[in-house]
Amino acid sequence: MTAEIDIRNVSKRFGSLTVLEDLSLKIPAHEFVVFLGPSGCGKSTLLRMIAGLESIDIGEIFINGEPIGHLPPGQRGVAMVFQSYALYPHMTVRQNMAFGLQNISVSSKVIAERVANAARMLEIGHLLDRKPGQLSGGQRQRVAIGRAVVKEPNAFLFDEPLSNLDAALRARTRVELAQLHQRLKSTMIFVTHDQMEAMTLADRIVVMNNKKIEQIGSPMDIYDRPATRFVAGFVGTPQMNFLNVTALATEPSGVRVECGALAVVAPFDAAAVGRATMLGIRAESVSVVRDGEGDIGATIDVLERLGDRSLVHARLADGQSVVANEAGQTRLKVGERIGLRFAGDKAHLFDADGVAFHVREAVS
Amino acid sequence: MSSNRRRTGPNGSDWRNALFIAPYLFFFLTLLVFPLFWGIWLSFHKADTFSSGAFVGFNNYVRLFNDHVFLQSIWNTFYFVFLTVPALAIIGLTLALALNSSSRLATVLRSLYFSSSVLSVTIVTLIWRIVFVPQFGLLSTIYGWFGAEAPAVLADPDLAMIGIALTTIWWCIGLPMMLFLAALQQIPGDIYEAAALDNAGWWRTLISITLPSIRRTFVLVLIIQIVLQFQLFGQSWLLTRGGPNNLTKPIVLYIYDIAFRRWDVGLGAAASEVLFALILVAAMTQYLISRRQEER
Ligand SMILES: Nc1ncnc2c1ncn2[C@@H]1O[C@H](COP(=O)(O)OP(=O)(O)O)[C@@H](O)[C@H]1O
Ligand SMILES: [Mg+2]
Repeated sequence: MTAEIDIRNVSKRFGSLTVLEDLSLKIPAHEFVVFLGPSGCGKSTLLRMIAGLESIDIGEIFINGEPIGHLPPGQRGVAMVFQSYALYPHMTVRQNMAFGLQNISVSSKVIAERVANAARMLEIGHLLDRKPGQLSGGQRQRVAIGRAVVKEPNAFLFDEPLSNLDAALRARTRVELAQLHQRLKSTMIFVTHDQMEAMTLADRIVVMNNKKIEQIGSPMDIYDRPATRFVAGFVGTPQMNFLNVTALATEPSGVRVECGALAVVAPFDAAAVGRATMLGIRAESVSVVRDGEGDIGATIDVLERLGDRSLVHARLADGQSVVANEAGQTRLKVGERIGLRFAGDKAHLFDADGVAFHVREAVS
Repeated sequence: MSSNRRRTGPNGSDWRNALFIAPYLFFFLTLLVFPLFWGIWLSFHKADTFSSGAFVGFNNYVRLFNDHVFLQSIWNTFYFVFLTVPALAIIGLTLALALNSSSRLATVLRSLYFSSSVLSVTIVTLIWRIVFVPQFGLLSTIYGWFGAEAPAVLADPDLAMIGIALTTIWWCIGLPMMLFLAALQQIPGDIYEAAALDNAGWWRTLISITLPSIRRTFVLVLIIQIVLQFQLFGQSWLLTRGGPNNLTKPIVLYIYDIAFRRWDVGLGAAASEVLFALILVAAMTQYLISRRQEER
């Protein structure tokens, strides 16, 4: 009832446009994997190749060790939930859910049982005799999930299933999907461009960009130790601060990184010396102190109050902009002179190709 | 949003809005409604070109239903509708399913099948006369290859109406095909992908996904074709003159004969009202049946 999915050296082109290039990925059974990346980076294409809706040009995909490239979509043991839900408009909810089972000659008794179970689990029992046109967006979404659940697939494929829901419903459905995964224990692949969905749902996130995989890792891995500058910039709100590196030197206490007037010393990977061109640090690792204190002085450009915290957009003397975290109740004002303190051991360095260098992990 | 506001609209009173539909209304009334009632009025009078005089009650209708040529023409018309309408719907749908792709060949074939629709009835019957003409016609030639002799289709009592039906199907197939194609293109592609993931084969997909999705168009095509084919005239007139022995004479040809060649306008008007009622009943029945099925 669950699948290990192994994607080996897969490439895909549409005419002259290469969408995926030599991509390999192993998804263990039971795992909840999220494909995360900007729009148009090929997430859906990869998902649809697993489903059998797109052909595999080069490479092969294995499910539980069996190559599946030659199998039609229905025979791969996977179920898909589409972004648009793709419910059959002329069938009732019950018929929508039963259709796939009727086609493989499951007895009507078993079908009725499974539909009833799924309906109870998803709380759509009272909708079974309605047609999709008579349902709200959230209800349709549940029916689409129910249609996948009754098939008892080895793997669930979700293509941005939450993007058509309003914010409140999206947050609720996110939690329910996590619960569904815990209950069913099936492998789940979830495609999204929303890093918040990825962070909250995934066991592992596969960050994709520009035809290839940028990084595979747990949400905290991706967040704390981004493998590339792209990942560092794509994951996390507000976006990570990036400052141009002007000088690098090895010191007894670590690597000294200078960005103009700013100097940060931290135990960075020594390989960064001579290569890093960019320093990255998240807003939460930059704090506001009184003018004249901290690592560097700045002027407040914009103050974003988010309630639980405030984001201070500050401008350095050389014109570069830095976002810093501040308490929700801050008394700071736009135009005020402040000092910024950088938590150097939370910073990252990137070379010209975007490859990241992190602070060496503490040996314990 | 009070009902009062909705009725008058944002720009003031009703009559200004009415101006926009006035031109259409004028022609609708003068060219459709007025003749309809005038026709009803005529059908209760003894009328010819010189006098439209005496009220005769249902006399015209009594005469009509005692005229075996009229009864024959009703039968002929029904037979013709039965031959053409289902065939047009089914062939039109089959062509649409076969040609619903963006390949070059499909595009060319689509235009080809539609091209016959733009011909006038005169040209169409001329073409089919050449097909049917004994000894030299296309049909005779084909029969000749097998050493057989083709029947004289248009002169044969059993085949004449079938010949006219064939001509009509060839002429009219473009519109149903185009309507079905338009409907097929409206079906979202993702439900076909969902069906593929649901293990639906080609036949199951056609029956359970495609046909239910275009059901409204199917009803539309049937109603349009019923209304059109009940009014058969040109093909019969130009191919057989209603012969042999009135066996291909449809109601409209009967009306034409009575009203404009024998100048019995009252009787012709009565026949027109009967035709009008038949078309209305047939189309409404079709519509109501499909509505009932949809509500289930
Ligand atoms: N059927 C297709 N034909 C041509 N190009 C396509 C097709 N499907 C997707 N593409 C292109 O492939 C790229 C990746 O698409 P997609 O996988 O849908 O991206 P994502 O889901 O990450 O937003 C896009 O540039 C898109 O335009
Ligand atoms: Mg997509």
